Amino acid sequence: MTEEIIIAGFGGQGVLSMGKILAYSGVMENKEVSWMPSYGPEMRGGTANVIVIISDERISSPIVNSFDTAIILNQQSMDKFEKTVKPGGILIYDPNGITRHPGRKDINIYTIEAADEASKVGLSKVFNMVVLGGYLKLKPIVQPEYIRKGLEKSLPKRHHGMIPENEKAIDKGKEIIKAVHLLN
Amino acid sequence: MKELRLMKGNEAFAEAAIRAGADGYFGYPITPQSEVMEYLMAEKPEERTGMIVLQAESEIAAINMVYGGAACGKRVLTSSSSPGVSLKQEGISYIAGAELPCVILNVARGGPGLGTIQPAQSDYFQSTKGGGHGDYKMLVLAPSSVQEMADFAGLGFELAFKYRNPVLILSDGAIGQMMEKVELDEQRPRFTDEEIKNNTPWATTGKTKDRERNIITSLDLDSYKQELHNLDLQAKYREMEKNETRYEAISCDDAEYLIVAYGTSARLSQKAVDLLRAEGIKVGLLRPITLFPFPTAVIAKLADQVKGILTVEMSAGQMIEDVRLAVGCRVKVEHFGRMGGIIPSPTEIVDAMHKKIIGG
Repeated sequence: MTEEIIIAGFGGQGVLSMGKILAYSGVMENKEVSWMPSYGPEMRGGTANVIVIISDERISSPIVNSFDTAIILNQQSMDKFEKTVKPGGILIYDPNGITRHPGRKDINIYTIEAADEASKVGLSKVFNMVVLGGYLKLKPIVQPEYIRKGLEKSLPKRHHGMIPENEKAIDKGKEIIKAVHLLN
Repeated sequence: MKELRLMKGNEAFAEAAIRAGADGYFGYPITPQSEVMEYLMAEKPEERTGMIVLQAESEIAAINMVYGGAACGKRVLTSSSSPGVSLKQEGISYIAGAELPCVILNVARGGPGLGTIQPAQSDYFQSTKGGGHGDYKMLVLAPSSVQEMADFAGLGFELAFKYRNPVLILSDGAIGQMMEKVELDEQRPRFTDEEIKNNTPWATTGKTKDRERNIITSLDLDSYKQELHNLDLQAKYREMEKNETRYEAISCDDAEYLIVAYGTSARLSQKAVDLLRAEGIKVGLLRPITLFPFPTAVIAKLADQVKGILTVEMSAGQMIEDVRLAVGCRVKVEHFGRMGGIIPSPTEIVDAMHKKIIGG
């Protein structure tokens, strides 16, 4: 199993930390992982993305240009990364703020209204975990117990009190993810 | 027991330097390597091992602090990124001339000038062909993973002291910034003053009655003595070539074509090898781990086996000169690369192999 994922959105949405928690969960489950962030000028301009690879085998290149799954959280990222999903792959996006919806017919497309839902139940801070939950429903590549361990490892100790809230957000995401275009 | 962590390359290098028993780090911040000093400052190794971490007023000050620390027999290091490493060149030349051991990390970014903060490999010439003035060589290690960022901190000190020579770790922004799993060695205690006196009898540790003064300098105005010093240095560099050449050969046994690439490019190329092999084309990857000494002999040997060689570098093509020197005119050697901070994709490398080598 090798899963190549791009997570892309605005800085501050928790894109990099969502990737980090996923990567750490992979480490806890004894898988090979890599986490390659954008750190360049585009990050300073407000957008952020990270490539996460989780595999049972040694990872050759941490940088790839096509993905099994794209998780897209703003319009710029949609413009840039919709075309990078492998045929048969998955695109997950939050329609909040999206003006041009994805139109590909050769991939599976899901929406997750994470921003709306998170603010409704007072979970705005863990918006990214709602999105992660939706992803894990489709691709349970790491087991829930390892996600908890991943949270423990990647959150500073002073924030460990927030772990139950993060787990609640993950469950919420699993509930609210919706298919909009599925391949047979 | 080794400890398993998920870390950025820069952080792994910093932690590994503490664990390798480093006595002092002197640096000046620059993207994409600032996490080295950030990590060290947050970790406070002074409390763990007594290691000093100091932000100097400039890169030039930092490298000269390294000169001073090394002259006392201490395990000292610095880190920077391309423009900052250019500033350090004078000090590096002096350190090489004075035959002092130290570790220098370059997390390279695109140039020339201030260039960009994105990864590049356009400092190969600077790293392997001098950079500073005079006939000197650094031993150059090129990590291609976060694990090697950690491993080469300790290996760097070992080699630096073995040869009394600066060791450069030539990394790039991609390896510095990415996170991978890393196994960390246990803490190695720092050498005591007594151990330093025994291990490095040449160091300026304070004159005792039973020996002459130790003098650390790169200056000798007597040309005959200066030439003898140069001959000694050259003999040392030949010794490094004999003993320290390191490389990794991946899928080379049955290869009909070869890619030569180091660092981040080697990771991308490894994926390209997988993709090309899936097409039924037998491609191998030779990854130089030391850039000086360069794995000339193994590349020369592979030139007799393969029909063509592609070098992949994030530059206009610098290492290709050393590959061509090794190969001569026996097979075609072509370069593929991107510049200015762009990381090529594995599929671009596959296309280049088809266009420039297999079909060309």
